[in-house]
Amino acid sequence: MEHFTPISAAIGGFLIGLAAIGYLYFNGKTCGISGIVEGFVPPFSPELPERALFVGGLFAGGALLSIFYPLAYTFDFGYPLYYNVIGGLLVGFGTRFGGGCTSGHGVCGVGRLSIKAIVATLVFLLTGIATASIVHLLGGL
Amino acid sequence: MHRYLSAFLCGTLFALGLGISQMTRPPKILGFLNVAGDWDPTLLVVMAAATMTYFIGYHFLMDQQIKACYEAKIAKGEVIKARTLIGAAIFGLGWGLIGLCPGPAVTDLISGKLGVIVFVTAMLAGMYPVKYFDSRV
Repeated sequence: MEHFTPISAAIGGFLIGLAAIGYLYFNGKTCGISGIVEGFVPPFSPELPERALFVGGLFAGGALLSIFYPLAYTFDFGYPLYYNVIGGLLVGFGTRFGGGCTSGHGVCGVGRLSIKAIVATLVFLLTGIATASIVHLLGGL
Repeated sequence: MHRYLSAFLCGTLFALGLGISQMTRPPKILGFLNVAGDWDPTLLVVMAAATMTYFIGYHFLMDQQIKACYEAKIAKGEVIKARTLIGAAIFGLGWGLIGLCPGPAVTDLISGKLGVIVFVTAMLAGMYPVKYFDSRV
């Protein structure tokens, strides 16, 4: 059972927003992770080095977390491994078909008050909540 | 600052934000998305803090030239199309099933967990047809 952790949530959320604004200021781009990751799918995007360095940063941050804040990686998946396959395919296809994810639409788009991003975010929140709740009630797929 | 360095630093800061808020933990995400169980609104607070920070930065502190250049660049993409809604719906399906989305998933790769590696591989595979067809248009 997970407990409400509003203080670390606010601190972490602030850092996410700060990173995203920094990426716009210094790199002139939307801090959308699905878009950055898509660069590694062929045909490879021309700005691969810049994307690779952002992902490298995610790894560096992750390394710091694993040393100083191991709670961040303390979890198990509640379902069999094939759920990760299905989930991954849906997330991969859906984020790029829809042009964004929780960071691109949810943080950056909503932060800009983009109607498109707000609508997209509401849609994936809705289907996300519906899916998680129904699967929980059914005890699985 | 050179954009390669800023990309790296922003990525690092982003991951730290995800980890500190526990958005790297699928049970935490599902704790919010699953409204039929013990509900944990933490994700809402994270989203609110992140979007408010971005909002203030974008509307009050951003260099006007950078903002104008950016808005010109993204203008064409600001239209809501059918694929915007369908894609978002499908993304939500996957997200609600496993509690992972791209940012946390890539950040979680450092943990070496098999489930994360499988997810990220499948995610890249799922992106491929979209990238392929978009590049042919």
